[in-house]
Amino acid sequence: MSKSIDQIFVDAKHWLLSWLTAAPGWVVQIASSLISIFALLAVFLTLFALMSVLERKILGRMQNRYGPNRVGPFGLLQPVADGIKMLIKEDIVPARADKMVHFLAPIVIAAAAILALGIIPYGRNMTPFTIDGGILFFFAVGSTTELAVFMAGWGSNNKFSMLGAMRAIAQMISYELPLIITVLPVVMVVGSLTPDRIVAAQAGYTLGIVPRWFVFTPWGATAFLLFFVSGLVESNRTPFDVPEGESEIVAGHMTEYSGFKYATFFMAEYIGMFAITGLAATLFLGGWHSPVHALEFIPSYIWFFAKLSVLLFVYIWLRGTLPRTRVDQIMNFAWKFILPMSFTCVIAAAVWHYAGRGLRGWLWSLFVIIFVYAALSILLDTRRKFAPRVYRFAE
Amino acid sequence: MSSVAFALITILTLAAALAAATLQNLMHATLSFAVTLVGVAALFFLLGAEFVGLVLVFVYVGAVAVLIVFTILLTRRDLGKDRGANFWGAVLAVGLFGGLTWAILKTPSVAIVAPHIRALTVKRIGEALMTGYVWPLQCVGLLLTAALIGALVLVMEEKR
Repeated sequence: MSKSIDQIFVDAKHWLLSWLTAAPGWVVQIASSLISIFALLAVFLTLFALMSVLERKILGRMQNRYGPNRVGPFGLLQPVADGIKMLIKEDIVPARADKMVHFLAPIVIAAAAILALGIIPYGRNMTPFTIDGGILFFFAVGSTTELAVFMAGWGSNNKFSMLGAMRAIAQMISYELPLIITVLPVVMVVGSLTPDRIVAAQAGYTLGIVPRWFVFTPWGATAFLLFFVSGLVESNRTPFDVPEGESEIVAGHMTEYSGFKYATFFMAEYIGMFAITGLAATLFLGGWHSPVHALEFIPSYIWFFAKLSVLLFVYIWLRGTLPRTRVDQIMNFAWKFILPMSFTCVIAAAVWHYAGRGLRGWLWSLFVIIFVYAALSILLDTRRKFAPRVYRFAE
Repeated sequence: MSSVAFALITILTLAAALAAATLQNLMHATLSFAVTLVGVAALFFLLGAEFVGLVLVFVYVGAVAVLIVFTILLTRRDLGKDRGANFWGAVLAVGLFGGLTWAILKTPSVAIVAPHIRALTVKRIGEALMTGYVWPLQCVGLLLTAALIGALVLVMEEKR
């Protein structure tokens, strides 16, 4: 019974494809891809709508106000109203803008974000597209976002847009490095770049209680934290939303966009967020595996989306809690702290592997990480006392 | 199926390459160049060399195209005023094309009938890089580290 519920979507797809048995192979192949694409878009666009209203509700709760509560029960129909508003708004293109580039930027950004969703295993046998180097595909697609952001900034012919794009590219390039290096230990330990294999390697329980997720090893926990912070920067979320800081540069690269194009940027940002949290869940939190043996009857995709929701809640929580950082703080943090720590994770994972993957390896890798962390905190301590600020660049 | 895909990708790649070579606006040319690279990556995918295709997108579209774009942005003031044919550039391009064609025709393995090649998995590439090609890999790593430190030194000078 639980088996059939677990595989209900896979069976549904097979059933749909069974109508096409007479058709030639390439028709079946295209139909299969189209079904996957349609399912992905349906699920994640709904999630985007839900997330946009939930984010505002949760932020409202954190800031002691109501948040949207006019449209529908508890304001749940707010995204519908927002969508209609965005669609019927006038689409303004600046007279001096590079029309073609200005038009293409939101499309490229949304396409890159949606493509990245394709390789994540959402449940047992539920990876939309299985490719050999799935993890690499994710990052290759993600790296095209930088060019799209630049297109938006440059095509708008506006200094705020250009500044925003420059900031966005600077921080995205800086944090792409730790993002990829924190994935390395997982890839090394599993010995594969395929997301399905990585999830499969995290099956089972140590001593029958603790699941074998990588987040429960010292290197995994560190890598997960670093990955999470880097992902936060990559998706331009609040503590690191310098590229679109409203109080400084209007809306960064999105300044000259209105109506549906702006909505597309917004959507791409959220989809990118889903993709990166989904990858975090896949790499470190055991993907679709259940945390307790007794709860394995609950379908795998429910576990995956539960983990995704928890991570997304942390995103919103951080947005409600932390103020925006400065550009130089972000850069210093990336190159002086996050990057050395991510290399340490690689070494700690190797230590863990060669010390036998048991308790001994666990302790040794913990030692490596604590040692490097302590050394870094001594080295990077500027011994600066809190004093009146001196602005060197604004003289 | 794959021949239709090949035709589509080739048309896209060639069109983008032509646009990159002929467009007046330098920024548009760069962006078309990025599209060309994506097309070439798609061809690699079609050949089953996924890793090469992904790295091509990763390195060239994600990094080199951004680098070119910034170079244009920081050095040129009169965007789009670049006119007139470049004679030596044309000579160089024709020479390169001729040389590559000659090399491709001389290579025996790329005959019209494709030989049977074992699937090029990431694992095999990794093994090759870590065993047979470990010295070239280390040399490239050293060179890149030197370039990184050089860039840092340049920036430090400016700060003072």
